[in-house]
Amino acid sequence: MFIYYLDLALRSLRRNKALTALMVLAIALGIGASMTTLTVLHVLSGDPLPGKSAQLYYPQVDPQDIKGMSPSKEPPDQVTLIDGLNLLHAVRADHQALMAGGSVPLQPEQSSLDPFYVDARYTTADFFVMFDAPFLYGRGWTEADGDAKARQVVIAKALNDKLFAGENSVGRTLRMAGTSFRIVGVLDSWQPNPHFYDLNTGSYAYSEQVFVPLQTMLDLHLSRSGSNDCWGNGGGGTDNILPSDECVWLQFWVQLDSPAKAVAYKEFLTHYSQDQKTLGRFQRAPNVRLRNVMQWLDYQMVVPDDVRLQNGLAFGFLLVCLVNTVGLMLAKFMRRAAELGVRRALGASRRALFAQLLIESGVVGLVGGCGGLLLAMFGLWLVRQRPSDYAALAHLDLSMLFITFVLAVCATLLAGLLPAWRACQIAPALQLKSN
Amino acid sequence: MQIRPILAALRRHRLATMLVALEIALACAVLCNACFLIANRVALLHVVSGVDETALATVQLTGYEDSHAVDLNARVLAGLRSIPGMQSVSVLNSIPFGARRGTAGITLDMAGQHFGGVVEFYVGGPGSMQALGLHVTSGRAPQVDDFRTFEGLMPTDASVQITRSLAEHLWPGTDPLGKDFWLDKWHYRVVGVIDHLVRPDPSNWQGDSKDWSIFVPALPGKYLAGSYLLRADPKDISRVLRDARTTIAKIAPDAVFDEEGSKTLSDLRTDSFRQDRAMVGMLVGVIIALLLVTALGIVGLVSFWVAQRRKQIGIRRAIGATRADILNYFQTENFLIVTFGIVLGMLLAFALNLLLMKHYELPRLPLYYLPIGALILWGLGQLAVLGPALRAAAVPPVVATRSV
Repeated sequence: MFIYYLDLALRSLRRNKALTALMVLAIALGIGASMTTLTVLHVLSGDPLPGKSAQLYYPQVDPQDIKGMSPSKEPPDQVTLIDGLNLLHAVRADHQALMAGGSVPLQPEQSSLDPFYVDARYTTADFFVMFDAPFLYGRGWTEADGDAKARQVVIAKALNDKLFAGENSVGRTLRMAGTSFRIVGVLDSWQPNPHFYDLNTGSYAYSEQVFVPLQTMLDLHLSRSGSNDCWGNGGGGTDNILPSDECVWLQFWVQLDSPAKAVAYKEFLTHYSQDQKTLGRFQRAPNVRLRNVMQWLDYQMVVPDDVRLQNGLAFGFLLVCLVNTVGLMLAKFMRRAAELGVRRALGASRRALFAQLLIESGVVGLVGGCGGLLLAMFGLWLVRQRPSDYAALAHLDLSMLFITFVLAVCATLLAGLLPAWRACQIAPALQLKSN
Repeated sequence: MQIRPILAALRRHRLATMLVALEIALACAVLCNACFLIANRVALLHVVSGVDETALATVQLTGYEDSHAVDLNARVLAGLRSIPGMQSVSVLNSIPFGARRGTAGITLDMAGQHFGGVVEFYVGGPGSMQALGLHVTSGRAPQVDDFRTFEGLMPTDASVQITRSLAEHLWPGTDPLGKDFWLDKWHYRVVGVIDHLVRPDPSNWQGDSKDWSIFVPALPGKYLAGSYLLRADPKDISRVLRDARTTIAKIAPDAVFDEEGSKTLSDLRTDSFRQDRAMVGMLVGVIIALLLVTALGIVGLVSFWVAQRRKQIGIRRAIGATRADILNYFQTENFLIVTFGIVLGMLLAFALNLLLMKHYELPRLPLYYLPIGALILWGLGQLAVLGPALRAAAVPPVVATRSV
């Protein structure tokens, strides 16, 4: 029966090519536009570390004075150096790392290259293990190296390619900010999107080229960048002067392997805040948060406003296209009133007619979905030509491909419901008589 | 033209009529809001900077030792001034559409109780104000002894020029000249008002505050170095900047020439608004597609109606209706449906605007967008109905006599 109805649908669609083409075009345009923006949204709100992100948490404590910098009830988005080091040395989590961003001037040995700036991440030893950063050569520095302010550096693959033509550069020397560093590791290509562990650097398509122990950075006063919020008499600290103790400017991440540990860690944060208040450092009542990666990204509203706006707009457009399709389908089905009347008179039930008409709309949806897919691919190509930092990430993946067809068919079936129902209300006798 | 028979006919096609009206309503809501979004972005693209962008460029140097800053300033200023065609070289901490280095919150009293707002401090050396081409509308421009040396972010006590919009914001309706304000313990006195001076770094602009700038005169030194403003004839400026790059390589090999930051101001401006231009392009695309789909929908439905009513049209023609009558009938019918859709669409447009206002920083939709949207949709409706209506008018009266 299904095959027969499919055959009927195809015949009927072929009979009135203009109307069919209009419907397919409307569906294709609507699906194309909404799938383009939905794919961008899907890519941008993706998980930066699949499989691992649920175990990574971002502790927040509230060290502000009573007046405070922000009136909101949320604790600051970063930690002070004191709190960061305290939490780091407490070693209450499975892994923990304290970090900040910056940039350092690099003086290549090769005279053919001018000095240039590279983006740097100043962090502690657990960073690489915790974030599953893959090593091409060598390994990260140890905790002892970090504490000893070792002049050691891990570099990214891109920089290794640029300076050492991709050879194993472990053990070689890198001159940065007038100091010689020994390369201990080379990372393989690694770029979590969004750049979840520090969103101040730009959220997408950003990756550091050198990783330096935080203690070494503090020792050498390497220049930092990123966000820096102060309260009370806290001084900003420009460029390579460190911010004062009343400023938050570091990110602290922990790995907690089980939910029970997360609960325990949150309790620890509350106790820590209480202790600090007793000591007189904190003035506010304990106010802590412990969000995992996806919760943190959600809280920071990392997806650009423009992208969400475009998505809303595209779905508005899809809605217009669907209403349009409903109208056209109504016209199409009503035009066949005579034929449907004959089928009813010959004994077809309303249900059978309804099924036949829905199959016809499903076919329209499928063809429209194909057109929409092509349009979405073209749309994504357009997005990739755009200057935004996330442009290069806009690619259709398998799940989105599947969703395109599901959306197209479901939307068209939905659009077909009303006209099909209306067409089934036709009294067969009336149609037969008028002919 | 009689409207009653049309309404009577429409009542027999309630579902189809509602669908067209609904489509028009949705199109109206999206159209008004998309146009409004476009207008907002375009206004941003054409923001008045207050400076002579076409004649200006900037050179940004980094990576030098702080202790060499004074020496570097002297070398760079002398070296760049020797470039042929260069009209002036001065030191300026922040650059319009470029690097942002002096954002701070100010208070209107010494105790820090009355918050004035977050403003932009342009700390500039001698000649930078003239180079920018700022117009002092009241008060005075900085004089020679206003330029002082300082340590840290900027001079801790200075006579400054502020923009008119900032003056209006801080002291509405009163003369800002001679007024004082504070940045924590640092004290500033307003001695001049400038027309416009846009804030650097457009990505951080918020609402009306994009023109809240203050010019602080200061002498170049350890804390004011590495950021230079170049002025030349607009025809020469690109060439002058290229020459500056090669000159820097010779006279200041100890510094890193910041390729991203060193550009003409026109280029910096273009770069700043790339995203917004892309958004405008996308919105225009959506509007065109929307109007196209709506028009095609109307064409499809009206064609169906015409086919359905062939016999009636034939009868009307046979009993004396002219072609113009038939044409008018469909045009009026379309006008009525579109009008109904527009009324519904205006309500939807406002609802959508409220939703956008809640989630994005967007002002209220001005009322004049509605009649414009209505005109466009009426025009679109008439255009779409014209083809099928002409076909209807061409139905010969003889159809009435045929049985099918």
